[in-house]
Amino acid sequence: MLNKIVLAGFGGQGIIVAGKLLAISAMNEKKETTHYPSYGAEMRGGTCSCSVVVGDNLIASPIIKNPDIALIFNKPSKEKYEPLMRHGGIMILNKSLIEDTNLRGDIKKYLIKASEIAEQLGSVKSTNMVMLGAFVKATSIIKLDAIINSLTIAFPNAKEKAIELNIRALEAGYNNLE
Amino acid sequence: MKDKILMKGNEALAEAAIRGGCRYYFGYPITPQNEVPAYMSKRLPEVGGVFIQAESETASINMVYGACASGARAMTSSSSPGISLMQEGISYIAGSEVPAVIINVMRGGPGLGNISPSQADYLQSVKGGGHGDYNVIIFAPSTVQELADYAYDSFDVAFKYRNPVMILADGVLGQISEGVILPEFKEIKDAPEWALGKGKERNIIRSLFLNPEDRLTTHNIHLQEKYRRIEKEIQYFEEYKCEDAEYLIVAYGTTSRICKSAIDNMRNNGIKIGLFRPISLWPFPYAKLKENAASKETLFVVEMAYNQLEQDVRIGVEGAAPIERLNKLGGSVFNEEEIIDFISNSITLKGNKYVG
Amino acid sequence: MSDKKYLYKKTAVLTDKSSHYCPGCSHGLVHKMLAEIIEEFGIQKKTIFVAPVGCAVLLYDYIDCDTLEAAHGRAPASATGIKRSNPDNVVIAYQGDGDLLAIGMAETIHAANRGENITVIFINNAIYGMTGGQMAPTTLVGQKTLTTPLGRNPSNEGYPIGACELLNTLTAPYFIERCKVNSSKTAIYTKKVLKKAITNQMNNKGYSFVEILSNCNTNWGMTPLDANKWIDENVEKIFPVKNFRDGDAK
Repeated sequence: MLNKIVLAGFGGQGIIVAGKLLAISAMNEKKETTHYPSYGAEMRGGTCSCSVVVGDNLIASPIIKNPDIALIFNKPSKEKYEPLMRHGGIMILNKSLIEDTNLRGDIKKYLIKASEIAEQLGSVKSTNMVMLGAFVKATSIIKLDAIINSLTIAFPNAKEKAIELNIRALEAGYNNLE
Repeated sequence: MKDKILMKGNEALAEAAIRGGCRYYFGYPITPQNEVPAYMSKRLPEVGGVFIQAESETASINMVYGACASGARAMTSSSSPGISLMQEGISYIAGSEVPAVIINVMRGGPGLGNISPSQADYLQSVKGGGHGDYNVIIFAPSTVQELADYAYDSFDVAFKYRNPVMILADGVLGQISEGVILPEFKEIKDAPEWALGKGKERNIIRSLFLNPEDRLTTHNIHLQEKYRRIEKEIQYFEEYKCEDAEYLIVAYGTTSRICKSAIDNMRNNGIKIGLFRPISLWPFPYAKLKENAASKETLFVVEMAYNQLEQDVRIGVEGAAPIERLNKLGGSVFNEEEIIDFISNSITLKGNKYVG
Repeated sequence: MSDKKYLYKKTAVLTDKSSHYCPGCSHGLVHKMLAEIIEEFGIQKKTIFVAPVGCAVLLYDYIDCDTLEAAHGRAPASATGIKRSNPDNVVIAYQGDGDLLAIGMAETIHAANRGENITVIFINNAIYGMTGGQMAPTTLVGQKTLTTPLGRNPSNEGYPIGACELLNTLTAPYFIERCKVNSSKTAIYTKKVLKKAITNQMNNKGYSFVEILSNCNTNWGMTPLDANKWIDENVEKIFPVKNFRDGDAK
């Protein structure tokens, strides 16, 4: 089993930490994993992505050319990754920020109103958790419990309230996948 | 066994260095290794150490020179352009026989280049880099775990031989997060007798030898004798699926792990291919490479640079097998498919037994 | 013989080696004063010198203390490395004008700006000695050197740089003074200043800087006596001898 997962959106959407949480959860499930952020001249609001590879054996390359799965947080990222997707890959789109959700025919499409759901829960900042919950439902690579159990490792300084909000956001993503 | 934790390469190497006894860090920010100084600035004061953001890489390496000359475990880290600036200091450190640990998280060059991963500082690292006849011990890890392990051990190696040690990583290794098991904190004994302020006798640390009675020739012969001893004692490498291999890839660092995956894939298609991965780039495991190359149809040197690792491969192989090169230039990383395509095509063209 | 009493004896902190400095050069005198202070303070074992590149590169041949030979201009950086990892040692960087103000300007300014608890001795003789008399950052306007054969011309080479004036713009330094050693009186006073600069470090006061106007009679093309006179008449006009800052006086 080898899954090449890309998370992409704009800076400030919590892309990197969501990827890190995913990688920690995979590691705690005794899977091999790498997390590789796009890095560059720092800019708030610029495009931002990270690659998470999850597999049974030591990950050879942390760099992803053709993703198996993509969590797409905004429109420019959809445009960038749609042509790169592996044949038969999975794309999870944040419907709140992507109007045109038409995709290549061979791509399995899942939609989630991630930003809206996060806002209803109390903070647009948990969009990334809603997306991650949707990813769990769509792919079942990682169990939802594994992610919830890894929250305190990924966010060691987070207050209990913040962790609770994240759990609710993960569950909302899991339950509202279209 | 302890549990793995997920850590970024730059942070894992910093924590491992501290556990290996590093208490002093001097450095100047440069991408893609900025997490090292950031981590050190937070962590070193917690363990009674000192972090200084220096005014330049030139100052950084000379601060390391001062601290290590007085017996402290000190290090610096940088990326390619910053390492170029340090070369003068590294020459002094080697010439004065001072231990030091330097991390190079390589990026694309020449000049300001870019901030993407690269392996184009190979020759600068293994062949000296600064002026004069000297060598720096170079370790090239390929995973975050190895990055941490070598950062941890490099202080012992540097102090054992009184020689600078460089860890040659790249933007991928610095930036990826992987599971890592961190080593235990090391007990550090008192500073060595030769260190400034530490000896029973008076100590002078210098690289200037003007007088006939302690002339530079004698000093250089002494250095070379030490380097021959290091060459005997340090020969680190990995052989991956070499036993029945008819073809051999030679690669190190990030590139080597991508090659491993390509090898698994090609073997599924019936190509008997293996990997020889040098880990100590100086001293280079020439003899072991030659042994592996002896019966091979072709050697493929794969590197994110142009004809750099290959020069050492040619020295080692001494014509025992034909060599082909696959280079990636300008700070960009191989993907598995292009390695497979290149090697498969090459084998097909030769009319050899390529199936698939 | 036993009833003979020494009135003056060379300090044991100086080696018996005769120096390579030109007769009349200020280096020898400053070395001697530093060695005497180290003996008086009883800190020979805990003092670490950082030698520059320039005429004083062989400082360790004369002053019998542990010494690091620094790269050109990097003495303040290496001194920082030593002092930060060995705060109980007394660390003295000894530098000339090319080392401290040209190639090592960044290290000079930043060690001072961090308020490193070190003592920096700056020998300013307005010329490059070891390489044979080229222009220094402190060469006076109109002064002839090997590389300013018609005299330093500000439109081409700029003006002499005042190290004390420059450092005095920073907040961190504890002590900054410019001295000269061209007469018994000024030398005796300078020794007091050097003592203070080292005492400051022993008391953890922070960065102390002593500039000493020195002669390079050989490269100035003068007798030692004329050279010492030239300091009073010309050098001091551009580089006034005075205390710029004394943290104790606050």
